[in-house]
Amino acid sequence: MFKSFLIKYAEIGIKGRNRYLFEDALVGNIRLMLDALEGKFRVYKTSGRIYVDVESDFDYEETVACLKRVFGIAGICPVLQVEDNGFEELTREVLEYLDKVYPDKNKTFKVQARRARKNYPIDSMEINRKLGGAILEAFPEIKVDVHAPDILLNVEIREMINIYSIIIPGPGGMPVGTAGSAMLLLSGGIDSPVAGYMISKRGVRIDAVYFHAPPYTSERAKQKVVDLAAKVAAYTGPINLKVVNFTDIQLYIYEKCPHDELTIIMRRYMMRIAEHFAKEQGCLGLITGESIGQVASQTMKSLAATNEVCTMPVYRPLIAFDKQDIVDIALRIDTYETSILPYEDCCTIFVAKHPVTKPNLNIIKKSETRLEEKITGLVDEAIRTAENIEIIPG
Amino acid sequence: MEAYLDNSATTQVFENVTEIMTRVMHVHYGNPSSLHAKGLEAEKYIKTAKGIMAGQLKVREKEIFFTSGGTESNNLAVIGTAMANKRAGNHIITTRIEHPSVLNACKFLEEEGFEVTYLPVDKNGVVLLDKLEEAVTDNTILVSIMYVNNEIGSLQPFSEISEIIRRKNPKTVIHSDAVQAFGKCRIFPQKEGIDLLSASAHKLHGPKGAGMLYVNSRIKIKPLFYGGNQQDGLRSGTENVPGIAGFGEAVKMAYDNLDEKTQRLSQMKRDFISHLEKLEDVTVFSKNEGCFAPHIISAGFAGVKSEVLLHALEEKEIYVSSGSACNSHKKASSATLQAIGVPKDLLDNTLRFSLSYETAEEELDYTIETLTQLLPKLRLYRKR
Repeated sequence: MFKSFLIKYAEIGIKGRNRYLFEDALVGNIRLMLDALEGKFRVYKTSGRIYVDVESDFDYEETVACLKRVFGIAGICPVLQVEDNGFEELTREVLEYLDKVYPDKNKTFKVQARRARKNYPIDSMEINRKLGGAILEAFPEIKVDVHAPDILLNVEIREMINIYSIIIPGPGGMPVGTAGSAMLLLSGGIDSPVAGYMISKRGVRIDAVYFHAPPYTSERAKQKVVDLAAKVAAYTGPINLKVVNFTDIQLYIYEKCPHDELTIIMRRYMMRIAEHFAKEQGCLGLITGESIGQVASQTMKSLAATNEVCTMPVYRPLIAFDKQDIVDIALRIDTYETSILPYEDCCTIFVAKHPVTKPNLNIIKKSETRLEEKITGLVDEAIRTAENIEIIPG
Repeated sequence: MEAYLDNSATTQVFENVTEIMTRVMHVHYGNPSSLHAKGLEAEKYIKTAKGIMAGQLKVREKEIFFTSGGTESNNLAVIGTAMANKRAGNHIITTRIEHPSVLNACKFLEEEGFEVTYLPVDKNGVVLLDKLEEAVTDNTILVSIMYVNNEIGSLQPFSEISEIIRRKNPKTVIHSDAVQAFGKCRIFPQKEGIDLLSASAHKLHGPKGAGMLYVNSRIKIKPLFYGGNQQDGLRSGTENVPGIAGFGEAVKMAYDNLDEKTQRLSQMKRDFISHLEKLEDVTVFSKNEGCFAPHIISAGFAGVKSEVLLHALEEKEIYVSSGSACNSHKKASSATLQAIGVPKDLLDNTLRFSLSYETAEEELDYTIETLTQLLPKLRLYRKR
């Protein structure tokens, strides 16, 4: 019965004179996301409201699921739009609406009318009263509750008349792109996709970089990361994924440096390379899925050692999250199943039995001097040969 | 250059096979159960395929049943026999080196109250015959032993095996999973005392999704599926006519000039092994010629994880398996390699090279050449 959605947004409303920028971005993002669906959708902004009208056959569930992934949307209201054919006709439409949407009438309700068109002959209070009376008469089980009704029936008199009572919660956040962009260090694990999701929710466009180490990691491991990126892109929109061949750098570090420092030094080079791409693509920061103390390379000292090579801000949205909390989000955004596929990634294969948990930055730096001979060339080569993959939402 | 040495995982489909399958799908697409001419046309393809299989195995056409592949054939044989012979006994014998489709069918039967004995094998992967003799009792309803092992290629002395079983319990049903053997070895179930024999099309340049089970007509087994009673009610469901037709064609081609092809393969295997053994720290497990099929070579590479070596070879377009392909999704060492006593430090360092009649000598030369270059490089980074 619904051919139209009213899109509610929360935080955008308070952005003062920039408000139109956020609204336009949201309209654009909704259009982009709905583009992937079958059906003809019209997304537009009118008198401070965003609407999605459907002008063809469409799949209601799929459309709602899609809108629930657009950051910046606080609520999605399926709206019945009717023409103004007099109050009697409106009453009939409202009763029919209630009957269809609520097969079980054992509920409380309240009518909330609003006249955007002030020349409508009946005022809001009067509409509330008249419609309320008609509803009580038509459905004997239903009761009025003006404080906490089960059904808050909105009737908005505009050019057309909007009738709606359902608010499906959206993801919240801000429209992607309004905050700038950042480079996500994406591994095949559970954390980094969640980190990308969370930062993107604040309006950040995401690009990503993945380090693989053939033959120590397989094509399947890389495919897994591509699949993960597509799952993240279902929220963030298209992602530019750089796949960096890290094998030679890894082997060189393995050859020259103490093995318990391997992971830290490796991560320092990953950050350096990620930052290179971030600058190249105009990103304003890096994103990682690190969480304090989760593994040896994520103790506070290790994080400090890794962070030291970066000149850009590194956003770590999971820093204070327990693993289970991260898993919960991963499950909710549907990246978990892909993350737990068993293909090895380069972080698991070169780990020492007892990696340092409290690296001393001076010692790490001293170890890195052993790499001086070849490392610049290897890093340049890794950057030069990185593969570019355009990830479309999946 | 490309070297596809994973023919025991699957093979490239022969062009003749694709051709006949296309013809079935586009022209003779009838349902073999239909009464009209289109149905008859389709039925003829099945009859032809049955004739080819029966001819090669020297059995009767009505003893050939088509399935969806090796896994279904093995399940039908093992579970079907157990269910049909519940009253005669509840003991089943198999080996430690069977394919998961036999082992896990046995696990299922254990849950259903059957008792299963898993026989050990010697270092060549051959069943210990004295242990077999000990294991067979009046209560034994089924012995299931694979003809050629999928990971190491070991061959079983079936005539001796059947003789021992029959002497102790003539009623025991003998099944052999011949998925890796059919089309490569001459198998005569009657003579070798095999009552049930499984085979699969895609291991011999046929299509995936087609399998076969030979069922000796004196044996009673229960079906796995119930439906329209096709194939004497043993395997309900419309026959996969294109798959069966392709399977038949593939078998015909496989057995054409078999002795000559086998000789060539054996020579290739011999050469390959002698080259492998010249490389440092390589142990070949499938060496003894009397005990192993000519198309599978299993070798351990000390100090290099098999997965890493596999991917390094892949970069050079050489395709091999670590353990058996069906097994490589989970991270457990191969039970077969453990059963033949492969030392612990080589369990995760073993590759399987599997050949086909289509394999060219150059592919093996190229593989040796590539291994010679790769191994020292990969060993530089042994886990210290």
